[in-house]
Amino acid sequence: MFNRLLLAAMACLLFSTSALAEDLTGTLKKIKDTDTISLGHRESSVPFSYYNDKEQVIGYSQDLMMKVVAAVKKDLKMPHLKVTMTPVTSQNRIPLVQNGTVDIACGSATNNLERQKQVAFSDTIFVIGTRLLTKKGSGIKDFSDLAGKNVVTTAGTTSERLLRKLNEDKKMGMNIISAKDHSESFLTLETGRAVAFMMDDALLAGQRANAKHPKDWVIVGTPMSNEAYGCMMRKDDPQFKALVDKTFAKVMKSGEAAKIYKKWFMSAVPPKGMNLNFPMSDDMKAAFKNPNDQAFP
Amino acid sequence: MNYHWNWDIFLSETPSGSTTYLGWLLSGLEVTLAVSLSAWIIALIVGLFMGVFRTVPNRWLSGMAAVYVEVFRNTPLLVQLFIWYFVVPELVPVSIGDAYKSINPFLQQFLAAMFCLALFTGARVCEQVRSGINSLSVGQRYAGLALGFTLPQTYRYAILPMAIRIILPPLTSEFLNIFKNSAVASTIGLLELAAQGRQLVDYTAQAYESFIAVTVLFMVINVVVMVLMHRVEARARVPGHMGGG
Repeated sequence: MFNRLLLAAMACLLFSTSALAEDLTGTLKKIKDTDTISLGHRESSVPFSYYNDKEQVIGYSQDLMMKVVAAVKKDLKMPHLKVTMTPVTSQNRIPLVQNGTVDIACGSATNNLERQKQVAFSDTIFVIGTRLLTKKGSGIKDFSDLAGKNVVTTAGTTSERLLRKLNEDKKMGMNIISAKDHSESFLTLETGRAVAFMMDDALLAGQRANAKHPKDWVIVGTPMSNEAYGCMMRKDDPQFKALVDKTFAKVMKSGEAAKIYKKWFMSAVPPKGMNLNFPMSDDMKAAFKNPNDQAFP
Repeated sequence: MNYHWNWDIFLSETPSGSTTYLGWLLSGLEVTLAVSLSAWIIALIVGLFMGVFRTVPNRWLSGMAAVYVEVFRNTPLLVQLFIWYFVVPELVPVSIGDAYKSINPFLQQFLAAMFCLALFTGARVCEQVRSGINSLSVGQRYAGLALGFTLPQTYRYAILPMAIRIILPPLTSEFLNIFKNSAVASTIGLLELAAQGRQLVDYTAQAYESFIAVTVLFMVINVVVMVLMHRVEARARVPGHMGGG
């Protein structure tokens, strides 16, 4: 794919710009024809994609998605390209990408094999481990300490699936509460309904940063799984995917992505000016070094 | 649109291996039926008493019933559910709150959803009972009292048997509503039909099949309810009234 794009780029240099416009397919053609790119974002996925107090979308994934927009503007020679923003949820993002409402959605979506049947994923932009958030001094050190306890997780996440499977496989007798979203999960933990909250570690750090007393909460446990986040695009659209992957590979290798990481995970972020203090994991360093779109097993 | 249809998804095993995805939907259906029917029974009882209280010549009773209706009918169902589930356990004395929070989470969610739906629907039933009673000629009440019935006896033997027959059709639509409204319970984590449907999407990414199946199941419930209520209406009809006879 990459080679083909290079060829196309060379052809474009040799001939005229209109030649490129004729060769466009899929999403890039749609963008050219409508003069608009439509982005899907999350509303409260701190610090990946969420609103600041001015109702602007900000976050780590959002910064990366804007790199894609810049690349599209440059490649299609459309400096005045219109950008529309559409909020998506974990339930509707796949249908909205498929039916063309959004062209690309960067948030906190795990790249997995079931989803690959419906949509294409970009190169991995983030790697998380699924761990536990618990109150300091609760005595919970790892998943094995959860037997017979109430544990909360967010509905529709891989954590929910893993937790239910663990409960059945090991007959742990946990009561699993599936809350609607991450903030409701945290509320369930905070009000003492559950002793631990299982979720992607980066999101747990985000919830902790928003807590009344962040120091009361600790992230514990060996990750039950590692997952790769990617941006979602329509399937079978090699031209657009190549452009997105090329853009990400460039920012990852140039060190720009590491700077964006630092901005969102190692320094104060809106809305409360809290620092997530979430250093980059080895898995992520590897993903930056060798950009790829493989789902984790 | 390039969607990958797969209707066989319902028969494939869930990741935990104990059942199929169809099994999930059916267990959700059970929870939906259980929470809606138990809430409906409470709503009928509460609504009947409150509706009667709104029409009795006692300022305290009718005032209390009016406050109940205004509070429960004028706030969104979702807000009421969050209050029952999240706020009430923090407002009651700590020992009671902690005792409630330490019972099985499924039961907590079920009870919160049941009471929430019951009191919300009860307020609407109450208004229908009141309007049914008010639609009767005041002479009926006087006739009962003139025969030597006490006020409760007048309600029991003269007013309510007619009033309830009159409000059967609107009650049917409340009965249908309670099944549909029960879907809000998915927001507090109760694994009812809508929640199972959503979970199926999360696990399989087959959004259309899943939501179509949930829609069909809700329609099946409501068609059954409609048919049953039509039978009830036909059997309860008094010759000479409301087109019957």
